Amino acid sequence: MKSLYLIIPLAPLFGAIVAGLFGKAIGRAGAHWVTILGVTVSLVCSVLVFQDVMAGNTFNGAVYTWLESGGLKMEIGFLIDQLTAVMLIVVTFVSLMVHIYTIGYMAEDPGYQRFFAYISLFTFSMLMLVMSNNFVQLFFGWEAVGLVSYLLIGFWYTRPTAIYANLKAFLVNRVGDFGFLLGIGLVAAYAGSLDYATVFGKSKELAAMTEAVTGWPLITAICIGLFIGAMGKSAQFPLHVWLPDSMEGPTPISALIHAATMVTAGIFMVSRMSPLFELSEAALSFVIVIGAITALFMALIAIVQTDIKRVVAYSTLSQLGYMTVALGASAYSVAIFHLMTHAFFKAVLFLGAGSVIIAMHHEQDMRRMGGLRKYMPITYLTVLIGAIANAGLPPFAGFFSKDSIIEAVALSHIPGAGFAYLAILAGVFVGGFYSFRLVFFAFHGEERFRQPAPEAHGHAAHDDHAAHDAHAHDDHAAHDDHGHHGPVEPHESPKVVTVPLILLAIPAVCAGWLIGPMLYGGWFGDAIFIAPEHHGMAHMKEEFHGVVAMVLHGLTSIPFWLAVSGAATAYFLYIVRPELPAVIKQKLAFPAMILEKKYGFDEFNEWFFAGGARGLGRGLWKGGDQTIIDGVMVNGSAKAVGWFAGVVRLFQSGHIYQYAFSMIIGVFVLLTLWFNRA
Amino acid sequence: MSTPLLSLAIWVPIIGALAVFAVGSERRAAARWLALNVALAGLAVTLPLLTNFDSAFVGFQFVEQLPWIPRFNIQYLLGVDGISVLFLVLNSFITVIVVLAGWEVIEEKTAQYMGAFLMMSGLMNGIFASLDGVLFYVFFEASLIPMYIIIGVWGGPNRVYAAFKFFLYTLLGSLLMLVSLIYLFLESGGSFNLIDWYMLKLGMKPQILLFLAFLVAFAVKVPMWPVHTWLPDAHVEAPTGGSVVLAAIMLKLGAYGFLRFSMPIAPDASHTLAPLMIGLSLIAVIYIGFVALVQADMKKLIAYSSISHMGFVTLGFFIFNQLGVEGALVQMISHGFISAAMFLCVGVMYDRMHSRMIADYGGVVNTMPKFAAFFLLFSMANSGLPATSGFVGEFMVVLGAIKANFWVGFAAATTLILGAAYTLWMYKRVAFGAVANHHVKELTDINNREFLILALLALCVLGMGIYPFPFTDVMHASVDNLLKHVAVSKL
Repeated sequence: MKSLYLIIPLAPLFGAIVAGLFGKAIGRAGAHWVTILGVTVSLVCSVLVFQDVMAGNTFNGAVYTWLESGGLKMEIGFLIDQLTAVMLIVVTFVSLMVHIYTIGYMAEDPGYQRFFAYISLFTFSMLMLVMSNNFVQLFFGWEAVGLVSYLLIGFWYTRPTAIYANLKAFLVNRVGDFGFLLGIGLVAAYAGSLDYATVFGKSKELAAMTEAVTGWPLITAICIGLFIGAMGKSAQFPLHVWLPDSMEGPTPISALIHAATMVTAGIFMVSRMSPLFELSEAALSFVIVIGAITALFMALIAIVQTDIKRVVAYSTLSQLGYMTVALGASAYSVAIFHLMTHAFFKAVLFLGAGSVIIAMHHEQDMRRMGGLRKYMPITYLTVLIGAIANAGLPPFAGFFSKDSIIEAVALSHIPGAGFAYLAILAGVFVGGFYSFRLVFFAFHGEERFRQPAPEAHGHAAHDDHAAHDAHAHDDHAAHDDHGHHGPVEPHESPKVVTVPLILLAIPAVCAGWLIGPMLYGGWFGDAIFIAPEHHGMAHMKEEFHGVVAMVLHGLTSIPFWLAVSGAATAYFLYIVRPELPAVIKQKLAFPAMILEKKYGFDEFNEWFFAGGARGLGRGLWKGGDQTIIDGVMVNGSAKAVGWFAGVVRLFQSGHIYQYAFSMIIGVFVLLTLWFNRA
Repeated sequence: MSTPLLSLAIWVPIIGALAVFAVGSERRAAARWLALNVALAGLAVTLPLLTNFDSAFVGFQFVEQLPWIPRFNIQYLLGVDGISVLFLVLNSFITVIVVLAGWEVIEEKTAQYMGAFLMMSGLMNGIFASLDGVLFYVFFEASLIPMYIIIGVWGGPNRVYAAFKFFLYTLLGSLLMLVSLIYLFLESGGSFNLIDWYMLKLGMKPQILLFLAFLVAFAVKVPMWPVHTWLPDAHVEAPTGGSVVLAAIMLKLGAYGFLRFSMPIAPDASHTLAPLMIGLSLIAVIYIGFVALVQADMKKLIAYSSISHMGFVTLGFFIFNQLGVEGALVQMISHGFISAAMFLCVGVMYDRMHSRMIADYGGVVNTMPKFAAFFLLFSMANSGLPATSGFVGEFMVVLGAIKANFWVGFAAATTLILGAAYTLWMYKRVAFGAVANHHVKELTDINNREFLILALLALCVLGMGIYPFPFTDVMHASVDNLLKHVAVSKL
């Protein structure tokens, strides 16, 4: 079995290396075949491992010792349990779908091989992350997925917006990693080990300690440090700012990395750390509040977005907030369950959006779409499924997971749970609204793509489009024959695009039906630890009477009607009275502006952090290094030596009369002093 | 008697250098090839040091002892332990890289150029292998001369100012060291043997004075804030090879001095003054990180980044735990690879564009994709990305620092953000984007020689990042011994 574990990450790595280093030699087809083969092998092995784990065979062991120092042994090793097994399936399945989809989406791109190398490298990194049995490898995978995300957001490296976005993503993630590293450092310092099992075994002792220098409760400091890492990677407020910009990358990676897998790494990590988080009430409170803020306030931004990908991006942020809220409510299995259903329906939404973007010749503005459903029936249907699931309507996948989150939060007694409950309930309405707004705006109504391009886009997306044009014209000559954003005739996408869509839409419908075994059937075994005083999940288990009963009960619950009214509002505003949104926007100019400015985070960060750092750097350089150190101390002492030498030189003129005169003066002075002595 | 490996490591390059001088610059090709062979031979004689090294043995190995100036009991005493042995190999390896890097680029006085580097290589091996105070001092000072000449002869337009600044700064520092050596000679009853000095009982006041005197000498070399301002100037004016050796090896001499002299000779003063050292190190990490952010000249930026990374080294030493000291040593070796690679990358671009200014570039990836891939790898390593060597040392030092004091670890960990910010922002402006101007448009990608150099360094960076175990394995016994020694008071 151990060799099987090794094959899972190494097969995609092999594909990545071959496609990356020998891309030219193997050609386009070679690149996609070798990487798809690698990921397929990985998926098959994951399924085998999954079955094995479900049969009760877990594994925890080292592959090799990476480093040993100061009594700290750091190993590369695998922990294969239920939690890992679920993640393996999700990651390899979505990754395979995205690989296939990419054949169609990137068909005309000159960086074809490079793209396949990157997404396979990503798959490798993500697998290493979820399979890790220790903090070091976790950090490895953590940073490695960040690297690939950086490479892929900046994939079209000639676009200024793309290379701005990828630097931003990397740096914001590094802010999170800063906290993550401190958390790991505290674990190493106080537990004396970085191995999960050893550290978890000492969790009770850790909970009783305080940090020596700061006096903080140790376990809270560790958990908050680790969670700051999760806030970066899983884009939680206020470190969420990088995710919307990451949409500058090609759409397949938005689906794979910035929706289904990488951004859920934080959720996975906190679930993995449940034996630690469960012991810190304060950390759980922090988690639930941050999650709730993200869930509601990011959903609100989605309402005003007109770029189809950005709507999905803000929806992703909001859904990540839901998962985080579940973590805070000690419902780790629910968080992972939502992670799984979300991976499927969000991948559908992103890949569906990508399909639309291809059909519209790289137009992403929904104001230039409308009525697409009759031209692209498969895309339409799959996106509709994704939207229903995203809104959390029964019996689609999102319903089961979202409803369970709301239920778990309602039962939680953690400080902040009350606020979180209200926030995520409100978020359900907003979610229903923006999901169906997307469907109605892009696929129903008037066919706006036949109209000439409006003079003023009047939106931030304008810049993106300029970049798209530049991109299409400068370096992707292949796109030129599509012409400009003039009238276009949309068409359904090729099979390599629609087949993955359909394959992903199936679990977007059905994955929720696994709720019984996954949440209440002891599926996660010992992989997740819940403190006995957090009995929300136990309570929910008693209440659960099967999928059908849950659906029937769901139809009478508040969240359902909130989601339905959200959808109905979208129907009213975008189908019945399509002239209304503009009027509302005019009446509510100020709130609309706040949302369109995304609460001003980008401006603030740009001004305060980026500008501040540059200002400080310039100040230290000019003021400290150049003026004080070099100017005063270094060149100053050189000058002082020179000045002193100049003065001394005056006394050494070489004229005998000056020496004699000085001597006489000296003698007079000395004699005077001598005679006047007391 | 077994083969005098350490003497070979010192004298093969030096005698080879004389031979290269003798060939003369009129026969450029012959001089180059001879230099390469000498460098390879120099590397070949250091490799047995590693393969025959007994990592379980505490103390010095491959010891050679001959009287040199018996009147003052000065000996030709050589030996290496787990702390120094890796630096001989690193130094000899970097020498090969430097000879290759200057291959077609140096057209004037080729033989002198190559010879100067070989000479320096031998002298620096001497520094790492000396166990006699005077011998160390002689090598330490002598190594200044070739570097002074390299900057002064093959350097940029402002090379004279830079060379003087470099020379005076470092010379002033080492004069105080000479005084300390003589003091120790007298106190120990007439011995220049380092091992005798380790055993020497000293009061607190002399320890503090000795520590401060050594500090001035070594701090300039590292360089530590605030005596660092010679380094950016020296780097900017030095030819590529000069920058490579300066960053990869010369900066390590100061840090090595702390381990070889300051800490074991004055352990009580080391503990007492540790807050000062930690403070200066953290200033180097943070202050210099911000300064690096706003540099417009790539070489200056990398020079400042070097200072910041060396801050991690001195920090690791003075938190007095194994993670810290070993992390610092790993960081020194890793920085040898990464800073060398970064300066070579700038050199590759400078050779084509004759500019080091970031603003003159943009979109290099379009015309030099292979180069851009290497440059990205090294930039990521410079930002401390896991699976590159740059991560290992920083990670260990941060872990060690948190263990010693949370706030020290907190301050040190900011490098995660700062290092990424200044390195990747530079990379973005240089490599990404559309082709910025016709100069960039006319760039040609790296040739086979450049590919070979960068690929060798890339292998080192990745290899050390993926499997650093052997590196620390060599160090354990010696570092452990050092820490035990430093923990015992000499009062």
